[in-house]
Amino acid sequence: MNLEEKLSPVVKNLAPSGIRRFFDLVNQKPNAISLGVGEPDFVTPWHVREACVAALERGMTTYTSNQGMPELIREIASYLNRRFSLNYDEQEILVTFGASEAIDLALRALVAAGDEVLIPEPCYVSYTPCVQLAGGKPVPVPTYAQYGFKLRAEELEKAITPRSKVLILCYPNNPTGAIMRREDLEPIAALVKKHGLLVISDEIYAELTYQGRHTSIGSLPGMKEHVILVSGFSKAFAMTGWRIGYTAAPLPILSGMLKIHQYTALCAPITSQMAALEAVKNGLQECEAMVSQYDRRRRLVVKAFQDMGLKCHDPQGAFYVFPSIESTGLDAHTFAEQLLEEEEVAVVPGDVFGPSGTGHIRCSYATSIERLGEALTRIERFVNRKRQLLPKRSLG
Amino acid sequence: MSEHLQHEILSLLKENSRLETEKIAHMLGESKEKVEQIIQELEKTGIIVKYGAVINWQKSEKPKVSALIDVKVAPQRGYGFDALARRIYRFPEVRSVYLMSGAYDLSVELEVDSMEAVGRFVTEKLATLDSVMGTTTHFVMKKYKEDGVILDDPEKDERLVITP
Ligand SMILES: Cc1ncc(COP(=O)(O)O)c(C=O)c1O
Repeated sequence: MNLEEKLSPVVKNLAPSGIRRFFDLVNQKPNAISLGVGEPDFVTPWHVREACVAALERGMTTYTSNQGMPELIREIASYLNRRFSLNYDEQEILVTFGASEAIDLALRALVAAGDEVLIPEPCYVSYTPCVQLAGGKPVPVPTYAQYGFKLRAEELEKAITPRSKVLILCYPNNPTGAIMRREDLEPIAALVKKHGLLVISDEIYAELTYQGRHTSIGSLPGMKEHVILVSGFSKAFAMTGWRIGYTAAPLPILSGMLKIHQYTALCAPITSQMAALEAVKNGLQECEAMVSQYDRRRRLVVKAFQDMGLKCHDPQGAFYVFPSIESTGLDAHTFAEQLLEEEEVAVVPGDVFGPSGTGHIRCSYATSIERLGEALTRIERFVNRKRQLLPKRSLG
Repeated sequence: MSEHLQHEILSLLKENSRLETEKIAHMLGESKEKVEQIIQELEKTGIIVKYGAVINWQKSEKPKVSALIDVKVAPQRGYGFDALARRIYRFPEVRSVYLMSGAYDLSVELEVDSMEAVGRFVTEKLATLDSVMGTTTHFVMKKYKEDGVILDDPEKDERLVITP
């Protein structure tokens, strides 16, 4: 019996992750310095871990309500209001298994066969497969290095058709570190309203915004009813392994998502909910301390790439830089493979995140200053070596 | 001069006193000259007292012995705690001296090469001081955390090498 044939066509046809292949290569180099990690290098703050231990000691080992623990939901609502001027009622919030589950829920709740989902790229690797699993049609929207990888109304409008239903936004962005300020969001919001689109806004990196506060698209006038906010604790509070996040949306949409969640997940783990409660109530100070460390590394890395002569827009969010490596004469995959082979530094080729990422590499600075410094020295050596191999006229 | 910048520089140097001025400048988005000037001022005004290293002596070939000594003092007229503290802190083997509230008065931290040296210090130098009424010596058996740094098994980086 050919079991692979038994897989549903959608699943069989899902493209394997470009990251996976690279992961296997890097794994063969145990001493490599990896700038390929998309999660904080900090462990979860101790007071958060301690709160989870205390909850276990008190015997908190049960299911919670499908929606999540009321106290946690209350605190999330208050946090969203204080930090991002968002006004959500308690029934409009759902606690999920990370932002990951929230993205899947939103897409499954909204997308029917043939609906088009607009995805600005380069972007996080899960969106396209999740749209396909929901039966929708992913429609990529390019963004460009010359505009700092911000989404522009021009490109978005070109991609909109009568079948467009959902737009997925992810700012601060993985992999480019791009952010959208209020003035960048306004023209996008206008198009969303004009075409009656819904926005799934993945704001998991919101706290990791440097030089000023993050603007949430749902806080723009008249936008709340268009927005499904997706966020979580993974990045801001260094809690990736806890698998805890949340989503907020107008009641009719949230109710749809809750229906799926109650049958497929039942509820998020109670231990992680207790930890998240401690994080959102008392964790902002530690979050800010981590953010200020990221910010220092960010400046160091951007400066280093610019000094190497690699074009690098100023990433103002998340913990990624996305320099162009075209001046080395290599494509991103060759660059990443040779860098790993020759200097034992791992970076991720940019086109893994979509065709707009061609010619770029993603470097995560969620790594200690010491290791970052060493990695940058090695990259510089590598870049200089490759440049010497170039024909003279293409220098500069 | 911006207080914020001063604070940022101090916190970076506290974490790693060997960090190059140029790197600090890059990290804070300031010029090297400005950072240099601020550091010099911090040194001149005595806010930066000294550059040192956090050492885990237990791992070295010649481990040091540490002891905490509680000292009970009978203050004498015109000869208060300060004068006694000064006599004690001038011994080079004394790492710290604090005036404490509670059951005893001075807390003295000693770091020397052997247990005998601790005994000698207490009996010959400390106990013989006029106003010292009594001492209790506690040997440090293992250091878990020193000066904000965990010396015990640090938390390992458990992350996968590449994640999305
Ligand atoms: C843009 C983006 N969204 C969502 C996630 C997943 O977050 P969570 O851990 O909350 O599922 C990630 C993780 O890398 C991400 O980069």
